[in-house]
Parts: sequence; C-alpha cells; structure tokens
Amino acid sequence: MIRFDKITKVFEDGTEALKDVSLTIPAEQLVVIIGPSGCGKTTLMKMINRLEVPTSGEVYVDGKTVTSVDAVELRKTIGYVIQRIGLFPHMSIERNASLVPNLKGWPKEKTYGRIYELMQMVGLDPTQYLSKYPLELSGGQQQRIGVVRALAGNPEIVLMDEPFSALDPVSREQLQIETKKIQKKLKKTIVFVTHDMDEALKIADLIVVMRNGQIEQIGTPRELIESPINHFVQNFIGVERINRKRSVGKRTLQEYIPFFEQDEHFPYLVVDASILIEEAIALLENEGTKNLLVKKGMQKLGFVNQSVILHAILAKEEVL
Amino acid sequence: MQTFLDTILSRSDLIQEAFLQHIYLSFIALAIGIGIALPLGIFVARYRKFAEPIIGVTAVFQTIPSLALFGFLVPLIGIGTITALIALIIYALLPILRNTYTGITTIDDSVIEAGRGMGMTTNQLLWQIEFPLALPFIMAGIRTATVLTVGIATLATFVGAGGLGDVIYRGLQSYNNSLVLAGALPVALLAILFDLILKWIEKKATPKGLNTRG
Repeated sequence: MIRFDKITKVFEDGTEALKDVSLTIPAEQLVVIIGPSGCGKTTLMKMINRLEVPTSGEVYVDGKTVTSVDAVELRKTIGYVIQRIGLFPHMSIERNASLVPNLKGWPKEKTYGRIYELMQMVGLDPTQYLSKYPLELSGGQQQRIGVVRALAGNPEIVLMDEPFSALDPVSREQLQIETKKIQKKLKKTIVFVTHDMDEALKIADLIVVMRNGQIEQIGTPRELIESPINHFVQNFIGVERINRKRSVGKRTLQEYIPFFEQDEHFPYLVVDASILIEEAIALLENEGTKNLLVKKGMQKLGFVNQSVILHAILAKEEVL
Repeated sequence: MQTFLDTILSRSDLIQEAFLQHIYLSFIALAIGIGIALPLGIFVARYRKFAEPIIGVTAVFQTIPSLALFGFLVPLIGIGTITALIALIIYALLPILRNTYTGITTIDDSVIEAGRGMGMTTNQLLWQIEFPLALPFIMAGIRTATVLTVGIATLATFVGAGGLGDVIYRGLQSYNNSLVLAGALPVALLAILFDLILKWIEKKATPKGLNTRG
C-alpha cells in the first residue's frame, strides 16, 4: 500500500505542481493516475521512488516513510518503466534485463530463470532475444524488455510513466493487455501514469483524475463514467474518449437501445434513432441540452446523455 | 632521392635518438594529459556549472601559438624536457576534456533516468552507463590530442628537449633539405601510425550494441 499524506510540491521556479494531495493506493491493484499535461501526475508518482522530493508532506510505502530508507535501496525494490524506454544501448538484452538482480547480487541462475520466465510472459522468445542489443529491436519489443527489466528484481510496486504512449497503436494495445495480465498474475501494485483515457479505462482497477496539482476524482472506470463528479472529469472522459473512437462514432444510436434510460430528463432534444453516435455527441456538447429523447418513428425508445453513451460504448466493447 | 637515403644512413644515430625522444615526449605528455583531462571532463560533466570556465581556460591555452607558448615557458621554468612536456600537456588537454564532457552530457536523459530509477548509485551510473557510452567520444578526443602532440613535439627542440625537431632544425640551419625531410617524414609517419592504432582501439572500445541498428 502506498499512501500520500498532504503532499505539496513547489518547484524552484515557483510553480506549484502539487497542492495538498492525499491519496491511498491499495496494494495489488493497477492504479492509473490521469490528467492533462502539467497536472502533476508524473511528479506525484516519482515521489514514490524519490526521484522527486515533496516540498511538504510524506509518502508512505507499507507504513514506512520513503525517506526512512536509503534512496538507492528503495529504488531497487520498486520497478520503473519510463516513456522513452531508456534501455542501455551498449548492453545486451540479457544484461539490461538483469540490471536490478545484478545490483541486488542475485546468483546468476536465479536471475537467468527469472528473466527467462518474464521474457516468455511478455511474448519474446528468450533464446532468440537475450543476446541481442536494444537497437536491434522495434520500439514495442524494446518496451517489452523495459517491462521485463522493471519486474526482474521482483518488486512489490511497479511505477509506469506513460510507458506505451510513444508506441504504435498495435504494440500499445498488446502491451496494455499484457500488463494487465501480468499484474493479475504476479499480483503487483502498479502505479500507471497516462494522459490517455482509453488506456486508463482499459487497464485500471482504480483511476485517479488530476488537474492543476489536485485530485478531482478517484474511482473505478465504471464509477467515473457513470458518475463523473464534475464537468471537468466528464469532459476529460468524454472528449478524450470520443476523439479516439471515430469508428464507434459512425455507429447509430439504435445499436445501443438496451442502454437507454427510461426516466424523463429535462431539457431534451428529440432525435431519430438512426442518427450517428458522433452526431448525438455533437448535439449534447453544442446545443446546451444535457439529454436527447430518442424516437424511432412515433415510438419513444428512451433518453440518452453523455454518460449513457460512454457507458454504452464501453459496455458493448466489453472493455470493462 | 639518393642524397636523402645517404643522409638517413649517415645520420642514422641522430635520427634514431631523436625518434625515440620524440615518442617518449609525445607519449608521456599524452599519458599525463589523459590523466588530467579525463577525470576533469568527468568532473565538469557532473558539476556542469564548472564546465564553461574550465573548458574555456583550456580553449584559451589552445589559441596560444605553440612556438609562443614554448618561448613563454622558458623564462618561467627554464629549458629542458619538463618545459616541453608542460607545453605539450597543455595542448593535449582541450580535445580530451571537451570530448569527455560532450560524450557524457550528450547521453540520452532517458537512459540516465532509467538507471537512477532502477537504483544505481552515482558511481555505478558513471562506470556502467556513462563511461562506456561516452567512450567513442573520449577516444576520438584522445586521437585528436595525439596527432596534435606528435606534431607540436617537433618544437621541443627549441627548449632543448630533443625530438625529431632537432633533425629538422639542423637541416634548416645547414640548408640540408634531405635532413629536414629525414626529420619531418618520421613525424608524419608517427602521427599516422598513432592515429591508426588509436582508431583500432576506438573501434574495439565502441560498445557492441552501438554499432547495430535494426
């Protein structure tokens, strides 16, 4: 369990990155911290392995403050995956992956066994890849090694700083799925920073939405979609999500009839069930009406609003 | 051509001695130059606020014409091998220092952040990550310094430190072009030879993973 207690961070140039943030990250969960750039999410995460130091407040890992342990020792117990991958180009994949076990002084056989197992878990054949060098691998493969490297020392906690945002969509998707699988299998606490709501909704057990150095809302993906606490969270889920879901936008409202609400909501506009999802969203965003009454001919099918649409899209994709 | 060969044969003692002196001067100057510039380069890469002034000072040394520097040192230190060595070392500093600094500071930040985040100490980062990655740069700096030093060492003759400059100078004094050539040619050969050897070492020293791009 990781606990942030009243964390404030003021940078040297005077910008206040974090304002009195308190947050508990439960063990063995994949917690995604999300927010627009500059919201303080990465700074907050880096306080766990002391790459950032709070101006005031304390960070506790398993009840102990992180400052009670030597920073170098602390970091060996926490896996770390960064956006720009940061594999060591002059070391073979095997040496890259065994960095932390080597720092910890594990026996060779134990390290090798561990790496071998993890490589298989991320879908890279160890016999083929261990002797290669990072620059011989594609971006997606490199970040897989990044994940192996982070897990090699068998840490309880793994920090992931926008790990997949620089990858191509196919690799990103695969790694998201694999990360989730590995997390469930190995029961790690993963703190995952991203600005991609798609990614968050897909993998998170718990999502922490941040803005301007403060936490706006904490909840499961479903909670966030069903009851966003304010306009910001709603927009952040909506805009991000819908922008990326052009294909969903081309579907028609009537494909989602089971999700419509039957209670009356005012004010509303009347629309036909054959309009596209993206048209419906545009109406909701631009017309100042929070609800649409969907009709097919003379028949009332039900009401939709932004949450209904998001929920319906997500549920139908079986992402949740 | 014949006179040139005759000169070499008749003056072989002189040439041989000067040749060895030349190698000795260059080699010692380089060894000490590396001994100073390499740690200094690592230091300024670590504490970057010192980088500008320290590299600046060595750059100023570099701009002093070599003959003037030798002349300038004589009243301070007197003539002899020490004077020649000091001048040569001063010239060797800049290329090695600047390349070491550049080599370390241009390493991709993400690599350093990853290393730090994994729990490497500052020393482990230096010896396992920064130094190997900067090594091709450092070697290039040493090569530059070597060629420079071998060339400038010909001026050691003016402070009485010997070297192939002796042969050249005597040739000039006696209008003996063959003798000038007999001094200058080995200098050029020496510079090329050292450069080739270091190039080979540089290639060997370049970490394997840096040559492969997939």
